[in-house]
Amino acid sequence: MMEPYQLFGKHSQTFFYNLKGKPIQHMLDFDHLSKREKPSVAAIIHPGKSGYHKVFFGNREILLPIYSSIKEAAEKHPNVDSIINFASFRSAYQSSKEALQQPTIKTVVIVAEGIPERQTKELIAIAKQQQKTIIGPSTVGGIVAGKFRIGHAGGMNENILRARLYRSGSIGLVSRSGGMMNEFFNIISRAADGIHEGIAIGGDAFPGSTLLDHMLRYEANPEIKIIVALGEIGGSMEYEIIEAKKAGKLTKPIVMWVSGTCASIFPWEVQFGHAGAKAESGKETAQAKNAALKEAGIVVPESFEQFEAVIGETFKKHVPTRQPMENPLQIPERKNTHFTSTISDDRGEELTYNGIPISKLITDNSSLGKIIGLLWFKKDLPAEFVHFLDLSLVLCADHGPAVATAHNAMVTARAGKDVISSLIAGLTTIGSRHGGAIDDACRYFLEATGSLKPAEFVEQMKRQGKYIPGIGHRVKSKKNPDKRVELLKQFAKENISSTRYLDYALAVEEETLKKAENLILNVDGCIAAIFLDLLESCGQFNREEIAQITQIGYMNGLFAVGRSVGIIGHILDQRRLDEGLYRHPTDDILYHQ
Amino acid sequence: MARRKIREHDAKKIIADAIPELGFKSVLITPETNVETLPERFHWLLQEKLTIKPDQLFGKRKKHGLVLIDAAFQGVKDFLQQYRNKEFTINDTEDILTHFIIEPFVPHHKEYYLAITSERDHDTIHFSETGGIDIEENWDNVKTIQIPTFTNIDEVKLEFLDNSEIENKEKITSFIKELYKAFRDLDFTYLEINPFTFDNDGKIVLLDTVARIDDCASFKGQWDLEFPREFGKRQYQEELHIEELDRKSGASLKLTILNPDGKIWNILGGGGASIIYLDMITNLGHGKEIANYGESSGNPSMEESYEYARSILELMTKNNGKVLFIVGGIANFTDVRSTFKGTIKALEEYADQLKDVTIFVRRGGPHHEEGLRLMKGTGEKLGIRMYVHGPETSMPEIITIAGGSL
Repeated sequence: MMEPYQLFGKHSQTFFYNLKGKPIQHMLDFDHLSKREKPSVAAIIHPGKSGYHKVFFGNREILLPIYSSIKEAAEKHPNVDSIINFASFRSAYQSSKEALQQPTIKTVVIVAEGIPERQTKELIAIAKQQQKTIIGPSTVGGIVAGKFRIGHAGGMNENILRARLYRSGSIGLVSRSGGMMNEFFNIISRAADGIHEGIAIGGDAFPGSTLLDHMLRYEANPEIKIIVALGEIGGSMEYEIIEAKKAGKLTKPIVMWVSGTCASIFPWEVQFGHAGAKAESGKETAQAKNAALKEAGIVVPESFEQFEAVIGETFKKHVPTRQPMENPLQIPERKNTHFTSTISDDRGEELTYNGIPISKLITDNSSLGKIIGLLWFKKDLPAEFVHFLDLSLVLCADHGPAVATAHNAMVTARAGKDVISSLIAGLTTIGSRHGGAIDDACRYFLEATGSLKPAEFVEQMKRQGKYIPGIGHRVKSKKNPDKRVELLKQFAKENISSTRYLDYALAVEEETLKKAENLILNVDGCIAAIFLDLLESCGQFNREEIAQITQIGYMNGLFAVGRSVGIIGHILDQRRLDEGLYRHPTDDILYHQ
Repeated sequence: MARRKIREHDAKKIIADAIPELGFKSVLITPETNVETLPERFHWLLQEKLTIKPDQLFGKRKKHGLVLIDAAFQGVKDFLQQYRNKEFTINDTEDILTHFIIEPFVPHHKEYYLAITSERDHDTIHFSETGGIDIEENWDNVKTIQIPTFTNIDEVKLEFLDNSEIENKEKITSFIKELYKAFRDLDFTYLEINPFTFDNDGKIVLLDTVARIDDCASFKGQWDLEFPREFGKRQYQEELHIEELDRKSGASLKLTILNPDGKIWNILGGGGASIIYLDMITNLGHGKEIANYGESSGNPSMEESYEYARSILELMTKNNGKVLFIVGGIANFTDVRSTFKGTIKALEEYADQLKDVTIFVRRGGPHHEEGLRLMKGTGEKLGIRMYVHGPETSMPEIITIAGGSL
């Protein structure tokens, strides 16, 4: 459990928004050096992406899940209480706002530089209303020594080791600038026993949290003995510190300096690199702020050059016992793996399918449909879904000797080829014209259902000169219905709570039947629609996952598995009959020279 | 960048676009303007009495005798004849008068002050019935109201107006609210209208406007603005070049020439560290010798680092600079090796002109060992006096080391 003065702890985990390999790996390397048990990043959020991202945690590779929305990530990981937003300045406002709206997310770090002030003001107002913390915009973030690192803060591993950031010191540091924060990590490790926590609030005119916000947290944190702060010319944040000091809210020793004293000799107001670094009135100059801080009883060095010495003196005076230095761990040698596998594991005592030991599957009398659930969908699918898969396998198993799969396999078998070669010859005919219509039908029905009226859909397909996959049969018609389709429809009506895709497919059929008797919903189309209904109604898949399933070819796979049974049957049949090499009769070919 | 001053003409144009009932009669004279043919496009120039004044970001124009009022077009032309492209000194700052704004002259008796400022949690509206050039003397009359972020301005009671006996109360109230919306929605960070008044038809007229706008909002495409330089600040091609690089880059690249005759030139790394280095040089008593401010951070590419260094070396060698600091803090993620490779390429190009220059280097960050080694090797190879230090030398120490050469 974290104290109110802690934003990040040794056990807290964060979301990383916008997949960037380097800073994520930096964070996990820091986790290793800090001997964290769990990686500090729980998941990555990247619009339009899903799946996993490979990273090293110590010497082993782990997979971090990728979600396409903040909301989804927050729902899946309710214990994650912060987000590090690496979105660009164009989109950082929208994503930060969305993050602030998640009840579980309490801290939002915004890295982008160049967010319009007005947008930042709105984010500040939302955070204030929801009692949440923003760090940034325009910041590299910060570090809680030995516990948590934000993104790039602290630089390379050598610097983490040099400044001893893998263990905790006694100093709370807050700075506007991220580069200077890192410089001070080193200064403080020389002049004192290192930092306990360091935050860079960012260089914008309106930082999401101010120098004072973090100083008040440091004041409340009993492990922090001294506060070091680095302000900058421009703005009036430093005067809030003086007010707080006067009101007795800051009692720990504070060493502070405001940079930008050179500005007074320049011929005009210089806009320094940070957007907020420009004095718009006399009060905002570095000189005025340093004088006022000193006046309020804060330790202000004579100049920046004296800063390190003054930190050293203050540390000696107020901190009797240094925190131990601790010898650092090293980043181990490690090697990237070339393959990732997420469905089964043969390394343990017993083979597992998606985590379930094979013996359990056998004891439970699991059907092939159930195994497909585990190895293809990586889910323990509900009974009606499993039943449907089994049913589909049965329906797809064979369609007589004349269809392309069986025919090709039979010709190959009669050429004297072995079972496997003949099977491959048969399977190779599966595609958009044969069997593969299920996949295409899935894609079209998924897109059209709910967005196009059935008649519009039919019209649109006609305009584009396309057949509707899953509609039409060479032999069957309205008067001579396909018995398999009847069985499937009955199954769906009896077992699935919502059949909106099947209803849509049937409404499409009604339209197409107006054009021709044989434009019925065929078995491919029927399987496709019911499959979509099951994916949606079982509640185990979100919209993106359903889209991915229809894209990457699950249904072609299902057809291939079922049909393999029939193909092998035909191959064995031909081998038994042993009729010799088949030669197609020339009178069945129209020669044209 | 950040909050940028814009021309009075441009500010009024943005406001008039947002509040069409204000109307817009204003002409900007630029160095390219042909004054003789202007009335062909703006008939009112010949039909109305006019005012003209410079539009180059400086204030107190009346006190400097640079405002002509109640003039015919010929008078305006004579005024331009007298001042256009002429040097003028404003508070010790000398520059050429190049831009002017011509507007209809509005006879009036009442001048109102209105300003909007932007703070962290709110905006503040400042209003006074006694505006005009003596506003500072009459500051006690200025009333303010804070508008917290997300406030619906239409539901706000402007108490200072409701409780006063002021004429045109409704018109002023509605104007303030509409102006506030424009301020908020169009990313102004400062807006001062001093004064506005009513013309004979009872329409509000903005007589004088000062505005700053947040150039970070440029990507929204709601205005297309030129951000003029400060009066007295010469604009260098190299600065424009870096500004262009900065706009295109995810990294941050800034350059401002302060004193081209100064002998100390700087390639500074880091928004925070860059300020502190100039503080320390100033503290040693060499502030007046600082030729430039600038910073690069956020891991610029090798090519960007090369362009950046080249721009500074070009100016430095042209102006006989003597000392070059290539210094920064300990970077979090700026790759020192690759940025230094860019800098080295530029140094090699200018090697012949760097014989009398002493270079001080101090930098830490990702791959600094390799970067510093390459830099040191370059100094030796090219025969440049160069002192190369890493993060073990503190920021003040490198300035102390350089002290004798300044």
